[in-house]
Amino acid sequence: MARMKFLCDADRCIDCNACVTACKNENEVPWGINRRRVVTINDGKPGERSVSMACMHCTDAPCAAVCPVSCIYPTEDGIVLHSKDLCIGCGYCFYACPFGAPQYPKVGNFGSRGKMDKCTYCAGGGGAEAPGSAEELEKYGSNRFGEGKLPLCAEMCSTKSLLAGDGDIIAQIYKERVLKRGYGSGAWGWMTAYHEGVEI
Amino acid sequence: MRCVRRIGLASFAMILVLAVCAPAIAQKLGPDGAPNPTASVTSEQELLKQVPRAEGRIDIPDIKASVLIQPAGRTWDYFHEVLLHRGGAIVILGMIVVLGVAYLILGRLRITAGRSGQKIVRFKAFERFSHWLTAVSFVILGLTGLNVTFGKILLLPVMGPDAFSSLSESAKYAHNFTSFAFVAGLVLITATFFKDNIPEQVDLDWLKQGGGFIKNKHAPAGRFNLGEKVVYWLSLAAGLVVSVSGFVLLFPFFGTNIADMQIAQAVHAIVAVLFIALILGHIYIGTLGMEGAFEAMGTGEVDLNWAKEHHDVWLARMLASEDRRGQASATPAE
Repeated sequence: MARMKFLCDADRCIDCNACVTACKNENEVPWGINRRRVVTINDGKPGERSVSMACMHCTDAPCAAVCPVSCIYPTEDGIVLHSKDLCIGCGYCFYACPFGAPQYPKVGNFGSRGKMDKCTYCAGGGGAEAPGSAEELEKYGSNRFGEGKLPLCAEMCSTKSLLAGDGDIIAQIYKERVLKRGYGSGAWGWMTAYHEGVEI
Repeated sequence: MRCVRRIGLASFAMILVLAVCAPAIAQKLGPDGAPNPTASVTSEQELLKQVPRAEGRIDIPDIKASVLIQPAGRTWDYFHEVLLHRGGAIVILGMIVVLGVAYLILGRLRITAGRSGQKIVRFKAFERFSHWLTAVSFVILGLTGLNVTFGKILLLPVMGPDAFSSLSESAKYAHNFTSFAFVAGLVLITATFFKDNIPEQVDLDWLKQGGGFIKNKHAPAGRFNLGEKVVYWLSLAAGLVVSVSGFVLLFPFFGTNIADMQIAQAVHAIVAVLFIALILGHIYIGTLGMEGAFEAMGTGEVDLNWAKEHHDVWLARMLASEDRRGQASATPAE
């Protein structure tokens, strides 16, 4: 069974935000919400690196563990989905997520937050809606995965720094790249998300 | 696993390349003579050794998004799902067991001389209101708060996901809004009962006499004995801590960062669990544990013999002031 992961090659990312735009457009993400974002470490200094970050779809996802209503769960492919019908907007998943993936589109009284929204690996949602239906699109965004496609952010990456797909395959691609060019700052987030690094 | 062999081969090749190019890398030049792009970059592991969170520059207004990786999230997960679950269960269930044992051994503490039929006012209406405002708020807050931590273990299997989510959503709002009533009540209780809870010499005597738990030993006390004073001060301290940490949780990221929020939640949870255990003891002694105790807060009046047995110094003061004022403060029971 394929285990889906993301890998952002920080040495290729040029902070163009094509991934951010692609995601927002494809999933009709509301204003002010960014399922995917680009963070630049050491901006302007030697060793500047940009990393594109959304949900990493972790192994032993901490968000799923702390959810008081258990509305987050992993699928067979390792994709972490959640049900917006069950979500109570408590915000615990954000405290637990090492990558800041959960977003809360609504601002309510006393941090009420509304339903949590996050990267779904373009695989629709974890609720009761039929896969690929209009209701699912409105609530969770597109379901490219159901059509056998990979997330649009990785597909649209201008430098192919953001890789999405089976974990073994993208790790192999990254290893070959690092060997060929002679440098690589590592697979950012892999140790925290998947409890394994990419050994070069 | 093919990957292991490939990794082995690849790492051997890399070591070979590195061994050959070591001097070049040291000079910050790559194998082709161009500057080595990795020369001054901080790898993720290096960065996280130096700072708790990897942060950088972002293009969006959401400041929280500037944190790229905060591994402490997994630590907080472990605290909440493992430590708090175990600790909370031990403390609360342990307290219930202790109270059960106390009841089995001591039974309900009776008024030794029996009821006199005469009553004296112990708590005025305003004092009772302050207490019950705080008490009812506390019970609501306690139950809704426990639901966040233990609901999915205890209630979700019974209710099913949809009903449980509905309940939890309502519980969340109840918890948030009731907190203000609790704070108001806490302020009233602090102010109203402050002067009678200051530690005195008689409290030590009460302790030496076994606090009224040893038969045939009379323990003297003022308006509040040492046990009650301990409850007062611990409640004030715990109440203050849960109120402040709760306030931080009510306004997330209002001047706080992710680490602050995790700490606030942890403090709130730990102190709340201990507070619940304390109040369970308080509820026990005020209802089941002692005859004649509940009516003090229920109606405001207590039996004269009960007062003589448990708060004799206070009773003497009340009767003396009554004599001076020439008004009867002890009325016969209806």
